[in-house]
Amino acid sequence: MFKVLDSAVPVACWACSVAHNESTLFCPHCSKIQPPPGGDYFSVFSFEPRLNLDAAVLEHEFHRLSRKLHPDRFARADDNERQWSLADTALLNDAYRTLKDPLRRTEYLLKLNGAEIGEEHSGKERKDTSRAPADLLEEVFDLNMQIEEMRMAKQSGESDPNLEASLLQAKMKFDGLLSDVDVDLRKQWKAWDEGGDSARKTAQNAMVALLDRRRYLSNLVRDVTETLGAN
Amino acid sequence: MAEGRVVGIDLGTTNSLVAYMQGDKPVVIPGVDGSNLVPSVVALDPMTADGRQTVTVGNSARKALFETPERVIYSVKRLMGRGLEEVQQELKMFPFRLAGDTESSEVPRIQLGEMRFTAPEISAYVLRQLKRNAERFFGTPVTQAVITVPAYFNDAQRQATKDAGRMAGLEVLRLVNEPTAAALAYGLDRANTGTIAVYDLGGGTFDISILKLNDGIFEVQSTNGDTHLGGDDIDNLLLAIALDEIFAEHGVDLRGNPGAVQAVRKAAIDAKIRLSAEQSASFDIELPNGDRYQREIPRAVFEMLIEPVLERTAGPCKQALADAGLTPEDIDEVVLVGGSTRIPAVRDLVDELFHLSARGKKPHVELNPDEVVALGAAVQADILAGASKSTEEMLLLDVTPLSLGIEALGGTVARIIQRNSTIPASATEHFTTGVDGQTNVAIHVVQGERELAADCRSLARFDLKGIPPMSAGLPRIEVRFLIDADGILQVSAREQRSGKAAQIEVKPTYGLTDEQVEGMILDSFDHAEEDFTKRLLIEARLEAESILAKVDGARTNLAWAHLSGAEQSAIDVAVRTLNEVKDGDDTTSIRNATLALDETTRRLAELMMDAAVSSALRGKTMNAADEELKDDVTAPHPMAAAEFK
Repeated sequence: MFKVLDSAVPVACWACSVAHNESTLFCPHCSKIQPPPGGDYFSVFSFEPRLNLDAAVLEHEFHRLSRKLHPDRFARADDNERQWSLADTALLNDAYRTLKDPLRRTEYLLKLNGAEIGEEHSGKERKDTSRAPADLLEEVFDLNMQIEEMRMAKQSGESDPNLEASLLQAKMKFDGLLSDVDVDLRKQWKAWDEGGDSARKTAQNAMVALLDRRRYLSNLVRDVTETLGAN
Repeated sequence: MAEGRVVGIDLGTTNSLVAYMQGDKPVVIPGVDGSNLVPSVVALDPMTADGRQTVTVGNSARKALFETPERVIYSVKRLMGRGLEEVQQELKMFPFRLAGDTESSEVPRIQLGEMRFTAPEISAYVLRQLKRNAERFFGTPVTQAVITVPAYFNDAQRQATKDAGRMAGLEVLRLVNEPTAAALAYGLDRANTGTIAVYDLGGGTFDISILKLNDGIFEVQSTNGDTHLGGDDIDNLLLAIALDEIFAEHGVDLRGNPGAVQAVRKAAIDAKIRLSAEQSASFDIELPNGDRYQREIPRAVFEMLIEPVLERTAGPCKQALADAGLTPEDIDEVVLVGGSTRIPAVRDLVDELFHLSARGKKPHVELNPDEVVALGAAVQADILAGASKSTEEMLLLDVTPLSLGIEALGGTVARIIQRNSTIPASATEHFTTGVDGQTNVAIHVVQGERELAADCRSLARFDLKGIPPMSAGLPRIEVRFLIDADGILQVSAREQRSGKAAQIEVKPTYGLTDEQVEGMILDSFDHAEEDFTKRLLIEARLEAESILAKVDGARTNLAWAHLSGAEQSAIDVAVRTLNEVKDGDDTTSIRNATLALDETTRRLAELMMDAAVSSALRGKTMNAADEELKDDVTAPHPMAAAEFK
């Protein structure tokens, strides 16, 4: 009965009974909406997994698919189609939210490839001094002391222009280090996107380390900014 | 259209409206007295001799505020989806009483005369009125609607609004956020790219939403707000001052006299409204002891008074900008929504927040701020109906205003869906057991931005039941949280090792069960009636009888004598015309004649309304006031403006 249109895991379309590849939002045969496909976030947009994504292309695809999938388009459809539209659109939105943010996208792709990532960029970030990058140990130690001093000074209502200047300087330095990490990350993106299996493996390891470093630095910058800003 | 029309409803704190798409233009359907606004006021009429209990909504209910304040409720939107403690807090500002035996676990009920109602039931009466207005207007049943809610409404408040719709016999196809609806109304005939901010200060709630417009797609970037902030707060501020001064200067404490308090409140609202146009407004109220309370309020003083209220809108605006990753300069246009944005000080604040005049810009106020949300709801209704060319390219992508989290060990919150995520949005979490053979896992879902679950809004607690007994930590239960397009949470679960769908019993922290909602459905046979046109004819006749009786009664009222001879004879002519057609079968001519009579008696109604207010202030009991006003102070406005073509 079933006509196989694609070699991968054929499922029959609920509406026209023609079998199709599992990871599709619409039946290629009759265009009817399908239950949420099983693939990853990239496949929602019919992209190969990659790290360099054109934001404008992604947004355009997101809008195009939203127009077709959104529950507003199924307000008067039957129960099943309404439910699938809801589930598919949730998947589309989750995918878009993850892929449009470069850091979330990187974490997601690394996780897809089995990397262990401490905490998600989107989640709550906890300060963790034990993982201070080795090359920065000394500076981080000094900075944390200064932050503490500054907080105490603020609490007792004093101002210490020297301390403030020194903190500002530190913030600029760490901001700079953050940008360095981002530049390095982009290099690894390219390496991953264009490389073969072993190059990808190397890039993945490098990115896991870079993300750790980045998370640590951005927490530091946040703390300094908070301390300076809380006037 | 086979499936009937979908109407758009703005269920407001102060006023409610129903609108629909007339061709490619949204228009408001006029209400009971021919006006577009139906006051969100519900009065329980005194029981009739044969034991029937009826409910009045809108302008006529508002009149009852001065006569039988204990049977009237307004601003009920502030109570929607709220628990007992919050309602008690809220009621400090309002003259309503909770039913005596309310328990903290149930949805609070308000005592109204001898009956008690939940907030969704009260809202259902308002919705039913709007539904009827629309049915009169179309001459066909209306069963599907889009209803707007404040963007910052949480899950429970949204669910309560949906419940109210169901009780009123409406299938709620979508809840739309009010600021987003306003953007839709504006976006309809406007160039289609850019970033806009919608600042919506209504009667009881404040919202700010930032949207990007792109080729018909309205994509909300961020939203923020305060569901306890609005024009009501300003009214109550003025009211409190007036009551204090009356007590200090005249030794009269009106606080124990709800009818008089309502009369002062009305004076306060009138003064507030005048101050938007004038530099000064005055109170002049006759007190029960015959003294007069006279007070001049210069605009400068008014602005100083309300500054703390307005200032509370600044924080949410800045947060919304920050969440969207934007600066004020990135905002191309600002749209003002809600009656309170008529206040010049509000406009100044908005100008400052978004650097408008500094950039040679002005906020958008072209559409009536009282109507724009309903107009937008009609646009969304048209999108959902999917039937029209003018909206087929439009799509609204809204966000959830609050983060969703689950309570983790130690009472902290693990956030699973961040605020400002585009909805529908989902998250999947895995749970396991802590003890060998454990078959239940309890989960507590909260909404909010605070670190501790106790500081967030508790949404629901539920148990995953029927987990197959296994060693601790072995079961792997996948729970899927999904926020739907209405901003309401759905939960489903599955034990992965056994493949069994885990049973979930979600117990909302605040809210009605399905069975309770079912039991509260208003006149459930209402739309099952077979002969709709017959019902319309009967209704039209009843309305004709009612207005005729009222006009007849008013002839002996003092107000009648204040009419000119020409006004009196115009009324006589209109009465005669209506009498001629009312027993015929032509619904339309009965309607038109009723409407004509309603028009000619408008001044009479106003005179009688004034009389009702001043007698409430003179401390007359309801009976005495009735006596004086010849037993019917309700203005003869029982009729919606009807159009049949």
